[in-house]
Amino acid sequence: MRRYVWASVVLAVFIAYPLLFSTPFEQRLGALVLLYAIAASAWNIVGGYAGQVSVGHVVFFGCGAYAAMGAYAHFGLSPLVGIPAGIVASVAIAAIIGVPTLRLSGHYFSMATIAVAELSRLIVTNTDYLGAAVGLSGPTVPRNVFDLSFISALPYYYLFLAILSLTLGITWWMANSRMGFYLRAIRDSERAARSLGAPASRTKLYAFMLSAGLTSVAGALYAMMFGFVDPESGLGILISVKILIMAALGGAGLLFGPLVGAAMLVPLEEISNNLLGGKGAGLTFVVYGAIIVLIARFQPGGIVTLIKRLWARRGKAAEAPVAAGASHAP
Amino acid sequence: MSIILVQVIVGGLLLGAVYALFSSGLTLVWGMMNIVNFAHGDFVMLGMYVAFVVYTLLGAGPLLGAPIAMLVLATVGVIVYFGLIRDIMKGPMLAQILGTFGLALLLRYSVFWWFGANFLSLPENIVGGTYEILGLRLQASRLLAGAVALLVTLGLHLLLTRTSLGSKMLAVAEDSTAAQLMGIRPDTMQAIAWAIAAGATGLAGALIATFFYIVPTVGETLGIVAFVTVSLGGFGSVPGALMAGLLIGVIESLSAYWIGAVYKDMVVYSLFLGFLWFRPQGLMGKT
Repeated sequence: MRRYVWASVVLAVFIAYPLLFSTPFEQRLGALVLLYAIAASAWNIVGGYAGQVSVGHVVFFGCGAYAAMGAYAHFGLSPLVGIPAGIVASVAIAAIIGVPTLRLSGHYFSMATIAVAELSRLIVTNTDYLGAAVGLSGPTVPRNVFDLSFISALPYYYLFLAILSLTLGITWWMANSRMGFYLRAIRDSERAARSLGAPASRTKLYAFMLSAGLTSVAGALYAMMFGFVDPESGLGILISVKILIMAALGGAGLLFGPLVGAAMLVPLEEISNNLLGGKGAGLTFVVYGAIIVLIARFQPGGIVTLIKRLWARRGKAAEAPVAAGASHAP
Repeated sequence: MSIILVQVIVGGLLLGAVYALFSSGLTLVWGMMNIVNFAHGDFVMLGMYVAFVVYTLLGAGPLLGAPIAMLVLATVGVIVYFGLIRDIMKGPMLAQILGTFGLALLLRYSVFWWFGANFLSLPENIVGGTYEILGLRLQASRLLAGAVALLVTLGLHLLLTRTSLGSKMLAVAEDSTAAQLMGIRPDTMQAIAWAIAAGATGLAGALIATFFYIVPTVGETLGIVAFVTVSLGGFGSVPGALMAGLLIGVIESLSAYWIGAVYKDMVVYSLFLGFLWFRPQGLMGKT
């Protein structure tokens, strides 16, 4: 019961945010937080729950972005039509990478995903049909509402909020299903899980495919909001890095971890870019790198785990009132 | 076989020797501690910048730059081991991958912030001009890099197989608790392994800096080359890394010559993925 009260409060805060903070900058910031939270939550399914660290999620992000822009650029259709195509392509790619590498130890998986990401970027950069180095653009002037091309960030904000709720709903459902229990068992000890009959490779693969499909939706939404995609913004390895670090900072394997991470890092990046200009891009990633190293070294569970521990210490024996939905985690 | 083809293959072998040198550092650490250093390529990048700084400050070429880069990077390796690796080694997989990956970003973008994104290079004739040997035109810088890299990689193999230090390191790799009971300190041996691995990247970086473009993001490409080499050669095997490095150098050169320079990275990455599909234990590795 308590869990649902908390979830409703969180949702109410998010619905109210753009009305309370109504400058274009603040609304855009809010929309970006939600967008990255969608991508990071999708990553969390395979990176957090299954414990398989993908560094190539940008491939799925790019699939979605290119499918959405391609639907418009080549067929004059609404970018929305591209979303299913992007999902199908992403899930297929995930299966192709996942089948061989998920049998191996986690390092191989991470390396293979990096190689696939770089390979895709190189291929797309040299493919004229996908706009090569220039990329693809969406509709410059919206023909109707289905082009999803708005000047204000407000419609995007609520669209992203809906998709994020859906993503978190799917994650929550998955985590509490048989699959979620398998995944946690595999993450803690794959050998033990296998010996008890959990189908490890297959479960990891399903998680990877689910995660890939949801990431591609995030990519499509990103391309719609910005109105274009090019190899750097759609397939650059730094997109993977952002997604991964947000989930890890907030708390990998926790439902609300990625949202917390995105809410901390997106404003940090936007503000540092505003203050420092072009020179700030390098510095932002120096800070990102330092944050990742510090999390790995001192707090692999992320911020949410840290807060939960502090909270539990304060509350002591009393029932630990942890963040909604995350209470099933150890 | 035309002379041009021979020229391309020899060029590939010389570059491949440098690949072998920095990849043997990765394979050493991987085989010994079962940890993958995602910052490995960025260590090479750091070596290139050290060589560049030595040149701009002192006007000296690789004769001074290479040893300095090796020492600087070996120090970095020891600091990284004690500051980060020792603690994340026992942690979850997520922490291991994030730790070295974060380190890669930290190094790459610190250099980016300091030096900017411009392509830098050392003067073309810093080592010497181009020589004609048996009808092949060879740049002195590539010749030097290839020869030194080959010798050092072989030396590293001898160090691991023929000396008491090497035996101690292998003992720790085999079973660190048992090694400890025999009076070997695993901590010291692992720190030495990191010093050697990072020192090798520093040396390799300074060597290729004489003919390669120097840019902060070069570590990403070189890091993947190192992964490919190690996965091809088998994890933990220095002779395997040597063979694989030479092979990749040749494949890269040939694909640049036959299909075009843009596609050479694509060929190497596809090769890597193909290997992960069909023979994950590498060319010389055991199942």
